[in-house]
Amino acid sequence: MTQAEISCKDYRLKNLDKQGSSITRKETLFRFFLVTAAITSVSIVMGIFISLLFGSWKSINEFGLNFIWSSAWNPAARQFGALPFIIGTLSTSFLALLISIPFSFASAIYLSLYLKSGWLSGLLKFSVELLAGIPSIIYGFWGLFVLVPIVRSIEIKLGFIPYGVGVATASIILAIMIIPFASSMASEVIKLVPQDLKEAGFAMGATRFEVIKNIILPYASGGIFSGILLAFGRAFGETMAVTMVIGNSNIIPKNIFSPANSMASVIANEFTEARGDLYLSSLIEIGLLLFIISFIVNAIGNRIMKRMTVKK
Amino acid sequence: MEKRLKIRQIQDKLFTVIVALFSIAIILPLFFIIFYIVRNGAAEINWHFITSLPKPVGETGGISNAIVGTTELIGIAALIAIPLALFTGIYMKEFEKSKLAAVVSSLTDLLQGVPSIVIGIVCYLWIVLPLRSFSALSGSVALAIMMLPMIIKSTYHSLKLVPDSLKEASLALGTPYYRTVMKVIVPAASSGIITGIILSISRVAGETAPLLFTAFGNPFMNLNVTKPVNSLPLLIFNYATSPFSDWQKQAWGASLILIIMVSALNLLSKIMEHKWKTTY
Amino acid sequence: MENDILKIENFYAYYDTICILNNINLKFKKNRAISILGPSGCGKTTLLRCINRMHELADEAFVKGKILLSDKDIYATEPMLIRRRIGMVFQNPNPFPTMNIYNNVIAGYKLNSIKLKRSESDKIVEESLIKADLWEQVRDNLYKRGTFLSGGQQQRLCIARALAMKPDILLLDEATASLDPKATSNIEKLIHQLKHSVTIIVVTHNIAQAARVSDYTAFLYSGELIEFGKTGDLFTTPKDKRTEEYLTGKFG
Ligand SMILES: Nc1ncnc2c1ncn2[C@@H]1O[C@H](COP(=O)(O)OP(=O)(O)O)[C@@H](O)[C@H]1O
Ligand SMILES: [Mg+2]
Repeated sequence: MTQAEISCKDYRLKNLDKQGSSITRKETLFRFFLVTAAITSVSIVMGIFISLLFGSWKSINEFGLNFIWSSAWNPAARQFGALPFIIGTLSTSFLALLISIPFSFASAIYLSLYLKSGWLSGLLKFSVELLAGIPSIIYGFWGLFVLVPIVRSIEIKLGFIPYGVGVATASIILAIMIIPFASSMASEVIKLVPQDLKEAGFAMGATRFEVIKNIILPYASGGIFSGILLAFGRAFGETMAVTMVIGNSNIIPKNIFSPANSMASVIANEFTEARGDLYLSSLIEIGLLLFIISFIVNAIGNRIMKRMTVKK
Repeated sequence: MEKRLKIRQIQDKLFTVIVALFSIAIILPLFFIIFYIVRNGAAEINWHFITSLPKPVGETGGISNAIVGTTELIGIAALIAIPLALFTGIYMKEFEKSKLAAVVSSLTDLLQGVPSIVIGIVCYLWIVLPLRSFSALSGSVALAIMMLPMIIKSTYHSLKLVPDSLKEASLALGTPYYRTVMKVIVPAASSGIITGIILSISRVAGETAPLLFTAFGNPFMNLNVTKPVNSLPLLIFNYATSPFSDWQKQAWGASLILIIMVSALNLLSKIMEHKWKTTY
Repeated sequence: MENDILKIENFYAYYDTICILNNINLKFKKNRAISILGPSGCGKTTLLRCINRMHELADEAFVKGKILLSDKDIYATEPMLIRRRIGMVFQNPNPFPTMNIYNNVIAGYKLNSIKLKRSESDKIVEESLIKADLWEQVRDNLYKRGTFLSGGQQQRLCIARALAMKPDILLLDEATASLDPKATSNIEKLIHQLKHSVTIIVVTHNIAQAARVSDYTAFLYSGELIEFGKTGDLFTTPKDKRTEEYLTGKFG
């Protein structure tokens, strides 16, 4: 060992012994940081729930469960019932799901079982990604200026009152918006079906259609259910696009062409103008309901999805 | 038998055609949306539009305050969200078996599903009420909360891809645990983590709902974080729903700029994901 | 006696309640190559990991007994300090993918924020790469990433990285198991050269390799040290029947 090496080594060791205690201190500090970050993230989510609960306390006290069943939304008379908005949210979300499911499923099946590569598959994937990236405000804007006139002319032909805005318009926009998510959920679900199961089907001489109908769909049924649930979770909390085309009418819609209001859009429209504690509290309670529904929907959907993945 | 086979084949063909048609139909709305925005927006965009402030109806104003405001909101949101999410993600990976990690994991899933308008309400209660004013800060916090789950998840998943052998290599050199994590493991996962951060930014750049009663909007230029601030999505909303055709036109221009911004970020994340990927 | 650089005395290692190493006693002389032989699962890796205090990284792991490095109990010091003096090379090459070759070699210093002058670190990099017999192949590509090297070259880069810390002992855990025969023989040659300046402990389940590279051999069997002695003696006249059976390929 040369002289230079020895001196270098000594220098190193001296340095290290000095470092000893400061290393353990930094080590402890680092772990403390990590735990603090994790606890902070957890507290934020808990904090959201607690704040919503406190914020809506007045309204919960005043109306109780009636809040959900009552359809009177009359700020001047200090009467607040969320039923019109709950119905507005449920009807637009369900309609949107109904419209988007065939498209999402078809594209997932097409991309994962028919077209695995090539320009068309590239274009489709690219389009789906692009659709997912468009901000919801732009969907709403486009819906307001392009879709609303189209729906209006249809309404005229069918003999409805030509609002243009309403449940149907909101559902179409929502459907377009959730197609990317629903489609990627569907691909995920199809991926969960074991390859050998599919191949066994083909080996028996089944056509592609029969393999899909008799093997893939039954196997994936749990996943399909949770995928639909999660897609619903996406749709029901959507705010801007719906707000711009639903018509903002605080009564229960009579048919799918009636203007209505959704839970998210009534908050968006009235929150800054809400005068009086009870009014604000009622809007916050609608927010609380949104939070709780999203909790339930996502918890069930994720649980099923995870179980499917483990099963595989 | 022969006939039965024919029927099955026809059935299969029919199904193929239907599936193909439905899939291709997805491109249609996309094409329409992009077409309208480019056609209506391109005419509006010029240097004046980007660099000048909004003017009253009748004069041609611009959207500079919204561009600056969006940048400000996102910048502060990123400053809040990135460190918190990064350390939370590291915690989830490094203490994977702990109870707290399981709680963090399910709560981030939950947070990701919470409608953005609800986060707006909460930030109103947390920040706007105590400060007695709508503010850029409250908007940034709302966006930061929306970014959290995305960054936490992408950090966690990227860290999981880093092989344990690297950790061992570093520890075997006598590197303390915290430096092993920060200088070996996190850098090895950096392309995935940065991709996640960029995607989360592109996702919140177009968010409007959580800003309605936090950042609120502002016709003037504002850099003070305790005062209301404008943003592109807020401006689009206000102009699009206004009765003035001048403003509606400007909303198309602002939409095109927003789409370009978001697409550029998405493209950047794609490039990060593929080109700068760490090979182990 | 003072020649013994590493002494293992009444040493036990556990995972949870499972005893992996059972009362190991060994003494290693300075600047020799020692091989540890034994069937897979007998605790070779565990023994190496105990020597540089990596064993305790597992959640349920603990140890009993003493390991003395130059007569100092390694379990009475900071583990980090021990790991810097006892280098380790793993079964699969694991260069740091985010660092270039130069930084990979000097990583031990960089990661421990030990400040070096540029000239010092240049010297350490060059010396370590020369010792690892990699200098000629990479001297023009020092600033490229190490992950583009071949498997054998990557393994030598890892050896250079360990040597750069100027360790007292170098541990190689089946370091050639994932390499082709040519790269393996290169590493074996390297061990021959290196043992003049550093004590080397090689884990292998390749009997011929142990015979080729080591001065001393220890034979482990299900957590117990069966036999330890000069490689020549142990191979020609094994004292224990189990050693003989293992060497003649009856099991393992
Ligand atoms: N992390 C661990 N937890 C529990 N048992 C382990 C762990 N790692 C190794 N073992 C057990 O310890 C024993 C010895 O392993 P090891 O030292 O790796 O053997 P070798 O290197 O000789 O093949 C094996 O029986 C193995 O199953
Ligand atoms: Mg081993």
